Amino acid sequence: MDPTRLTIHEALAALRGGTLTASALVEAYLARVAALNDSLGAYLTVVGDAARAQAGLVDERLRRGEPPRLLEGIPLAIKDVLCARGIRTTCGSRILEPFVPPYDATAVARLVGVGAVLLGKTNLDEFAMGSSTENSGFRPTRNPWHLGRVPGGSSGGSAAAVAADLAAGALGTDTGGSVRQPAALCGVVGLRPTYGRVSRYGLVAFASSLDQIGPLAKDVRDAARLLEAIAGHDPMDATSADVPVPDYQGAVDAGVGGLTLGIPDEYFIPGLDREVEAAVRTAIGVLERLGARVRRVSLPHTDYGVAAYYILAPAEASSNLARYDGVKYGLRGAGAKDLVTMTGRSRAEGFGPEVKRRIMLGTYALSAGYYEAYYGRAQRVRTLIRRDFDRAFGEVDVIVSPTAPTPAFRLGEKTGEPLAMYLNDIFTIPAPLAGVPALSVPCGFSTSGLPIALQLTGRPFDEATLFRVAGAYEAEADWRARRPMLEAVP
Amino acid sequence: MSGADFEVVIGLEVHAQLLTRSKMFCGCSTTFGAAPNAQTCPVCQGMPGVLPVINRRAVEFAIRAARALHCRVNSQCRFARKHYFYPDMPKNYQISQYEEPLAEDGWLEVAGDEGLRRVGIQRLHLEEDVGKLVHQGGVFETAPASLVDFNRSGIPLMEIVSRPDLRSPVDAAEYLRVLRAILRYLGVCDGNMEEGSLRCDANISLRPRGASQLGTKVEIKNMNSFRHVRAALEHEVARQARALARGVGVVQETRLWNPDRGETLPMRSKEFAHDYRYFPEPDLPSLRPDPAWVGEIERSLPELPQARRDRFVEQYALSSYDADLLTADRALADYYEDAVRLHSNPKALANWILSELLRELRGDPAAVSASPVRPAHLARLVALVDDGTISGKMAKDVFERMARTGEDPDALVRREGLRQVADEAVLVRLVDEVLAANAVAVADYHKGKKQSLAYLVGQVMKASQGKASPQVVNRLLVERLGPR
Repeated sequence: MDPTRLTIHEALAALRGGTLTASALVEAYLARVAALNDSLGAYLTVVGDAARAQAGLVDERLRRGEPPRLLEGIPLAIKDVLCARGIRTTCGSRILEPFVPPYDATAVARLVGVGAVLLGKTNLDEFAMGSSTENSGFRPTRNPWHLGRVPGGSSGGSAAAVAADLAAGALGTDTGGSVRQPAALCGVVGLRPTYGRVSRYGLVAFASSLDQIGPLAKDVRDAARLLEAIAGHDPMDATSADVPVPDYQGAVDAGVGGLTLGIPDEYFIPGLDREVEAAVRTAIGVLERLGARVRRVSLPHTDYGVAAYYILAPAEASSNLARYDGVKYGLRGAGAKDLVTMTGRSRAEGFGPEVKRRIMLGTYALSAGYYEAYYGRAQRVRTLIRRDFDRAFGEVDVIVSPTAPTPAFRLGEKTGEPLAMYLNDIFTIPAPLAGVPALSVPCGFSTSGLPIALQLTGRPFDEATLFRVAGAYEAEADWRARRPMLEAVP
Repeated sequence: MSGADFEVVIGLEVHAQLLTRSKMFCGCSTTFGAAPNAQTCPVCQGMPGVLPVINRRAVEFAIRAARALHCRVNSQCRFARKHYFYPDMPKNYQISQYEEPLAEDGWLEVAGDEGLRRVGIQRLHLEEDVGKLVHQGGVFETAPASLVDFNRSGIPLMEIVSRPDLRSPVDAAEYLRVLRAILRYLGVCDGNMEEGSLRCDANISLRPRGASQLGTKVEIKNMNSFRHVRAALEHEVARQARALARGVGVVQETRLWNPDRGETLPMRSKEFAHDYRYFPEPDLPSLRPDPAWVGEIERSLPELPQARRDRFVEQYALSSYDADLLTADRALADYYEDAVRLHSNPKALANWILSELLRELRGDPAAVSASPVRPAHLARLVALVDDGTISGKMAKDVFERMARTGEDPDALVRREGLRQVADEAVLVRLVDEVLAANAVAVADYHKGKKQSLAYLVGQVMKASQGKASPQVVNRLLVERLGPR
C-alpha cells in the first residue's frame, strides 16, 4: 500500500507498529511531490534533505523505544506565509522572494516540537489575498480533481497538497475563508479556529484582526490532532488566548446526540449552486438521522459581511504591508538614486495587482476624512455580525451552511472580475468577522466530479463541538473513498 | 501693531525616553552606545510575521508620571498605528496611542511673574522610538549612502502634551525645567536633552492681546537644549510679530530651529505633509490597568520637587531660592538631607553645597552621585568648623583636598596638622608679640581707626601660620588693647 494514502492517525499506527518507518514515509511523499508538483504547483519550496534528516532522527528515536509524540514522523506542508527558520518564506510574493526568516512561527515550532517532519512550503495567493491561488507571484496551483480548475485560495497549495497526497496534512491561514474555501474546493477537511486559539507569531500578517492559522487534513480526526498540536496561549502573541486546550481527538467520536444545529436562512440564497445546496441539505438530513436536532436560525447582517470585510481587511493590509520598502529585506527596486524612488520601485516591482488593489483600497479607507465613513462603519457592521452569532448560539450549538457557493471554478474564470471573486467568500467571511471557529468537511461531489463541502460554525473556543458534528457526519458518509485521478495525468 | 500688542500662546510636546531595561515591545536591551544594530531582534527590526508585546514596566513608568502630573489614568487605553514611510522606522508605522491615550487632563505648577501658575497637561501616552539614520560622511545632502541603526528602534517613549497655556518663551523653558525635574525625581527618564532622551517640540502662535481665538500656529522642532528652546521660541515670537505687523499673516507649517543660524526655517513640505492614517493596533488588545495596581504605583510616588522645596523652607529654614536650587535635582536634594541627618546645621550645609560642591560639579547637580565628597564627609567637615577644630578658611582647603582625593576630613586634618589653635596660653603669647611689634597700629586703634583691629588679627593669624582661631584672637586682642 502506498503510505502517502494513509491519514495521519493511520500512519502513526503503522509507525508505532513497526510496519512503516518515518524515512520510508518521507521518501514516498518526496517521490510523489517530485512526480506531481510540476503539474499541480502545490509547493513553492521543497526541503527534501532537511525532511530526510528529520525523518532519520525520528526513526532513531523510535528504535530507541522512545514513546512517539503527537505527530511523530508525520510529513506536513506549511503555507508559505508561515515563517520557518532558515527556509525561504515568500508569502507568494516577488517582494519576499529572497527572504529567509531567522525564526520559526510558533505554530511551526509546535509541530516540529511534537515530531512532525516539514516537507516544504506551499503556494498561495500573494500575501494570502485571493480565493483561487491564481494571485501567486510565482505560478498558480491547480485543483487535483480537475487541473483546469482552481484549488480555491488563498491556502490553495496546502489544500491541493493534502488532496493529492503530497503531504499527510498541512497548515493554512484563514482571514476571510482561506483555509475553508480551498479545503471545500479540494475535498479535504479545513478548520479556521477561534481568533486567539492559535498563536499568530511568525504568520506574516495580512489582516491582523482576522488572520488565524488552521489545519487542512485528510479527515476530521487528523484535523483535531493537528489543532491539538498548535493550539494554546503564546506569550509572543498578545492576542492569543489563555484558554485551556481540550481533548479535540476525543470529541471526534462523541456523536451528535443532544446537539442542536441551526440552518441560517441567509445562506440559502439565489446564486447558491443547486448541486451544492442539494448536497448540503442531504448532509443535514444525515446529521438529523444521527440524532441532532435541526432548526432555522437567522443571521440578519450576513449581507453586509463581504462589504465590511473588504474595508477592514485591506485597511489592515495597507498597514501591514507598509514594511516592504526594499530597505531591510526582500526585493529592492534597482537603479533608484533617492529614497522615494527606491521605495516606490521596490513596491511597484514586488507586489502583484491584487495586493496593490487592496493596499489602495485600505489606504483610501483609512485616509483623513474617510476613516469614519469606511473603517468606522465597517467596524460597526462587524459588531452587528458578532451579535448575530451571539444570538444564534443562544438557540443552537452549531450553524450549518455550505462552505462555498459553487464547486471549483475554472482557472481564469474570475481573474478579470475581482468582485465576483470576492463574492466566492460570502459564506466564509462572517465567521472571521465574528471571531468564531468554522470547519469545512466534504459532503459530496457535483455531477462533474468536483468536491462540495459543508461548513460548521461554532461558539468561540468550542472547536470540540465542530469536531463532534464533523466526526459523526464523516463516519456516516465517508467521501474519502473517492480520490482524484492524478495518476492518469501525464 | 508692535510686538507688545500680541499675546504669545505656546504648547509643548515632550518626548521622554523611559529608563526601562528592555524595549517597549520586545526584550532587547535599551542601553546606550552599543555597536549599530547589536541591540535588535526581529520585532524591533520589523521583520515579517513578528508581533509586539507590551512592556509592563513601561506602562508602570508612564502611570507613575501620569499620576505625578495629576493626570487621570484611563480605565482603558489602546495603541494605534501611525503611518508614514521613513527608513528609520522599520514597519513604516509607529505604534503609538491616538484616540485612547493612557492618561489625560493633568497639570503642573510653574513659577511665573505672579507666583505659581498651573499649566494644563492635555494627554500622556506611550509609543515606540524609531531608529537612526547614519549618513556616510555625516551630511545627508552629500552622503553616497545612508545606513540604518535600529538600536533605538522600539525604545519606550512617553509623550506629554501640554495645553496651550504657556505665555512666553521663558514660561515654556520653565515648564520644561519643572517637567524634567519631575521625570528625573520619578526615575522614569534621565532628562538628557543633548543625548535626545528628552525631546521637545513646540506649537506657537500669536494673537492680538485680549482676543479669545487662537492665531495660526507654527510647530517648531529640533530644539536640543533648554537654551535652544528659549532661543528658538524668542526668534519665532519676533518673526511672527513682524509678519502680523506687516499684515502678511503666519503660515501654518513646521519649522526647524537652526542653532547655527539662530533662526527657524520651514521644513520642506514633503517631510511633514502626512496623513498618518491612524487606526487601532490590531496586534495589541486594549490595555486596562488594574485600579489596584495604579493605586499601588501612586502610593509609591516619591516626594516631588515642589513639595520638597516647600518642606526644605519649612523644616530647614532655608530661603526659597536656596531650597529651589537644592531640590532641582533629586540626587542633590537627597545628598543634602543625608548630610543634614549627620550634622544638624542645615544652613551651613546648604551654603557648602550650593557654593563649593556645585562648583566642584561644574554646576551639574546630577553629577553629585559621582562626587568623591560623600554626604558624610561634608557633614563632618562642617562639624569640624562648628566645634572650632578648624577655621572656615581651613575648611575650604580641606574641602578642595577632599574633592580631589575622596578622603574623609578627619584624616586630612590629622595628617596635615591643620588643627586650629584655640589654646589661650599659646595665643596670648602671640598676641603680645604682635602688639609689641606694631605700636603704630595700636596707637591708631586707640585713636578709633577700626581697620587697625582687623590688621592686628591678621598679623596674629599670620604668626600662627593660619592655625589660630580668629574668634579667640579677636577677643584676646580687644582685651589686651583695653578701652579706646
